[in-house]
Amino acid sequence: MLVFAFVFLAPIAYTIYLSLYRNQLVGGNSFVGLDNYTKALQDSQFWSALGRVSLFLVVQVPIMLALALIVALAIDSGRLYGKAFFRVSIFLPYAVPAVVATLMWGFMYGNQFGLVKNINDWLGTTLDPLAPNIVLASIGNIVTWEFIGYNMLILYSALATVPTSLYESAEIDGASQMKIITAIKLPAIRGAITIATIFSVIGSFQLFNEPSILRPLAKNAITTFFTPNLYASSLTFSGQQYNYAATVAIIMALVTMVIAYVVQLRGSRDR
Amino acid sequence: MRKFLPIAAVALLSLGLAACGGGDDSSDSSSSSSGTVSDADVTAALEKGGDLTVWAWEPTLKQVVTKFQEKYPNVKVNLVNAGTGNDQYTALQNAIAAGKGVPDVAQIEYYALPQFALGKSLTSLAGYGADALKADFTPGPWSSVTSGGTVYGLPMDSGPMALYYNKEVFDKYGIEVPKTWDEYLDAARKLHKADPKAYITNDTGDAGLTTSLIWQAGGKPYTVDGTNVTINFADQGATEFTKVWQQLITEKLIAPISSWSDQWFQGIAGGTIATVATGAWMPANFTSSAPGGSGKWRAAELPQWTAGGTASAENGGSSLAIMDKGTNKELAYGFMKYANDGDGVQIRVDNGAFPATTKQLNDPAFLNTEFKYFGGQKANEIFAKSAQNVVTGWSYLPFQVYSNSIFNDTVGKAYVSSTTLADGLKAWQEQSAKYGTEQGFTVK
Repeated sequence: MLVFAFVFLAPIAYTIYLSLYRNQLVGGNSFVGLDNYTKALQDSQFWSALGRVSLFLVVQVPIMLALALIVALAIDSGRLYGKAFFRVSIFLPYAVPAVVATLMWGFMYGNQFGLVKNINDWLGTTLDPLAPNIVLASIGNIVTWEFIGYNMLILYSALATVPTSLYESAEIDGASQMKIITAIKLPAIRGAITIATIFSVIGSFQLFNEPSILRPLAKNAITTFFTPNLYASSLTFSGQQYNYAATVAIIMALVTMVIAYVVQLRGSRDR
Repeated sequence: MRKFLPIAAVALLSLGLAACGGGDDSSDSSSSSSGTVSDADVTAALEKGGDLTVWAWEPTLKQVVTKFQEKYPNVKVNLVNAGTGNDQYTALQNAIAAGKGVPDVAQIEYYALPQFALGKSLTSLAGYGADALKADFTPGPWSSVTSGGTVYGLPMDSGPMALYYNKEVFDKYGIEVPKTWDEYLDAARKLHKADPKAYITNDTGDAGLTTSLIWQAGGKPYTVDGTNVTINFADQGATEFTKVWQQLITEKLIAPISSWSDQWFQGIAGGTIATVATGAWMPANFTSSAPGGSGKWRAAELPQWTAGGTASAENGGSSLAIMDKGTNKELAYGFMKYANDGDGVQIRVDNGAFPATTKQLNDPAFLNTEFKYFGGQKANEIFAKSAQNVVTGWSYLPFQVYSNSIFNDTVGKAYVSSTTLADGLKAWQEQSAKYGTEQGFTVK
């Protein structure tokens, strides 16, 4: 309990405490009540960051989960040749540290040196995955690559617990494979899908590593307020505005909790 | 993706930063040096000795420390490289906030000095008789270490600007060394037309270069009077800069390669980047990082905004300053004076640094140094002339470090979208002003 209080409650309490103050270059530290919160709610940079990760959530997460589900079903179907190899190679990217993975993709994306430059040279195109209006999709691609395997494993484990006798009786009743998937498999792993979704929601809102590491390659496309976490980090380190950064962190925690809760409610409804 | 928990991370991080905010108030605690410190006091401190911690990344200081300790055997200097530029400032600001682990002396670039001076993190050198050293330094660096009429550091090096160009490439395509920025623009067009892989220069949005070129054009976007600050990127100088630079960007005449990247040095060595406009401290970097260009490059005076002019500006350069929270300030001053005004200067110049002292800048041996990289050219003559022609009256913001960090959020857009440079600068101005106001300045 004491450990819980120290490692969990104390940082939260301290962050809330911090968010009620403001420390200025001229004027020093002062108590400002909820001023930082009203400021954040009117801060266009904060909203643009939140909007960006929301867009990311709405587009990238369904694509990634759908792909993970297809892969999990394919492996589970038992008709796949070299199933173990397939499973491991899909999961492998998750074992690569996100920092390394992003650096690797960064080298491929670079249109001055990497793979994209070679493609451009061959095809005479001027593709630039790090251009401002494309870079979010490029990040989505990295994240999908990293996390398909992880989500596939969650879904596959759930599928593996479904008793095979159910499939046998379905086949005897003349159900097609498609029917088995929609009538047995998907309802059976509904809980697992919900969990994978919640993880992905949290992950999207906390997007930090990928944009932060790609930034030196695309400093004009990835702003200092690209995602809420990047914004909090810039506020703290470049701007010395740790009080305001704490406020941003608290608001993001609340937003994430609310959305994750909504997903959970929807996922467990009428069960 | 989910490796960065915002609450825990920011909270823990802020814990380190701000837990100590309370101790910040007692900034006038320079009790040890009430009143003035005479040269005799400093000499006595040097003889008595003690430990001294210096944070700096300037490479030639190593040799200076060795010689310094030979001369004053009782002093032990602990030279720490706590990162370059911004990295070190972050560490320094955290140490100051924590009130612990603050070095005695720190290297601080000219553009960052006002921020630390204003934050009362530095010791005023007025009481140490530093004012009397004014004549030893060139005017540009000296005005850079003076904030609000008070001296806060001693200039270590300086960066009067020059135009470095690849003579081989210029000769190959029959391009003349540009005397004005308009000619530079023409040269850029001619070069890129002759060889689509070659660019006159590179730029992906660099706050230091932009402000320096506006400085050279006579622009004064920042004025600082105590806590009253004005920011204005609509004056004549800024307009002249955007006029030329916008065309370079729009016509895709500058390579989209960031300075200090590997591609940059490859381009410099290989002839696809034909010029670099930067400070006089550059040659050592050419030699070490782009050895392939040796003998092909030359230095020239910076192109002019008005034909027939001689204007120049500073780019980079740093000072040493005594931290307010440091201990043993007499000793710290003794070291600083040795390194930046005394015997240390020659040691650093011999190792490739570009000085800020008039004595070295006027020394025939210094001026006659032949640069192998520049085919035996006596480049210091050009640099020394540039140092004399630096436009006076320039000032950086007291929060320039932050302001530069958001340069690419605003002006950077002009390099990758249809936003114009002028609009980018306007956005930069607004964002900087907003931060200034939040920090308690009166910004107009």
